[in-house]
Amino acid sequence: MCLAVPGQVVAILGDDELTRVARVAFGGIVKVVALAFVPAARVGDYVLVHAGVAIAVVNAEEAARTLAELATLAEDAA
Amino acid sequence: MKYLDEYRDPAAARRLAGAIRARVTRPWTIMEICGGQTHSLLRHGIDQMLPEQVTLLHGPGCPVCVTDAEIIDQAIALAATPGVTLCSFGDMLRVPGAAGSLLGAKARGADVRMVYSPLDALALARAHPEREVVFFAVGFETTAPASAIAVLQAEAAGVDNFSLLSAHVLVPPAIAALLAAPDNAVQGFLAAGHVCTVMGDDEYRPIASRFQVPIVVTGFEPVDLLQGILACLVQLEEGRAEVENRYARSVHPGGNAAAQAALRRVFVPAPRTWRGMGEIAASGLDLAPAYARFDARTRFRPAAPKAAPAGPCLSGDILRGRLRPTVCPAFGTACTPEHPLGATMVSAEGACAAYYRYRRAAA
Ligand code: SF4
Repeated sequence: MCLAVPGQVVAILGDDELTRVARVAFGGIVKVVALAFVPAARVGDYVLVHAGVAIAVVNAEEAARTLAELATLAEDAA
Repeated sequence: MKYLDEYRDPAAARRLAGAIRARVTRPWTIMEICGGQTHSLLRHGIDQMLPEQVTLLHGPGCPVCVTDAEIIDQAIALAATPGVTLCSFGDMLRVPGAAGSLLGAKARGADVRMVYSPLDALALARAHPEREVVFFAVGFETTAPASAIAVLQAEAAGVDNFSLLSAHVLVPPAIAALLAAPDNAVQGFLAAGHVCTVMGDDEYRPIASRFQVPIVVTGFEPVDLLQGILACLVQLEEGRAEVENRYARSVHPGGNAAAQAALRRVFVPAPRTWRGMGEIAASGLDLAPAYARFDARTRFRPAAPKAAPAGPCLSGDILRGRLRPTVCPAFGTACTPEHPLGATMVSAEGACAAYYRYRRAAA
């Protein structure tokens, strides 16, 4: 129910705050997604989409940090 | 796909499981509150990677499962109203109330449609001005913003044949109700990453300190889940009870301000009855007085028949994490996803359905 999937913004259509949408690519599938809640989203960003609405821009630095932490753990465990 | 595959790496998951084994010295009980996480934990066998001392309980985190029979009966009454088109998410159409399910109503001729987004329901209203389109709005804080944007767009475009039957529910009051129960066994919580993507994690701080439980915001992939479980166990072992964000790529400090503003504008907190848990104060969202014209309850006053009598289903105890699905005598025999007796078997994210799908052999 709370499933939200990350996809990449390939185009932004419209400039009205409330009705702006994006074409978002999920692997090979492209869907139209409401952008009202992610005013900062730009083409190329990854957004997290739930029920046809983007609820966050994925933070690339934080994503990299999580993976880097994991790498440290590997060295500890080794 | 990017931001999914790297969090599904089996080698990384094994290393995290090793780190968990190295940290745990005593028995601990952790609850995940989100049905999506329950499903992922079982699907990837994460519960079986954990040391024996760690017990995972599955909480009331499937919004379809916790929706009270009375609201479903209101939806069925609305669907039977001439001129009304009733839309909702797929799982919601199959859940039984006292008067059957919405799919049953559809079979009897009601105009019931499955949609993927509340915005699809709004599009239907615009395409069919002669119909009254009602969106049966279920979901936690993750989903409520999508309902809110549909209402705001309807208002802006002057669409007046669109309304919501709101069954939206809020997570923090349910966590507090579980922790306040005298026989509570939960020592730490995994908070639902997508609920917190919208709301942030600030509302969990008073709960963590009042009940002295660690609450760790956790994502949905195996690596995310194991990192959340590890962080929760480290806090428990060290005697800490803090709110910790382990899903920072999605959950930004403060959450999503624009989505929260839309929620505050369109909805107000309201008491809500949860299946299996009874009424919890301020645990739902209903339309704010300024948006009453988009409230299907105000508009149609659907009759609410008496609540369903309790059958053999134990889903109330399952939803509170007190019983595991496999102890239910009906599990996998009288009750299957094809012939569900209760909401926790109907919804793909219900705990009974997750165990049926991934654990039948072990049952
Ligand atoms: S197995 Fe079926 S009857 Fe038993 S608790 Fe789960 S949903 Fe209810």
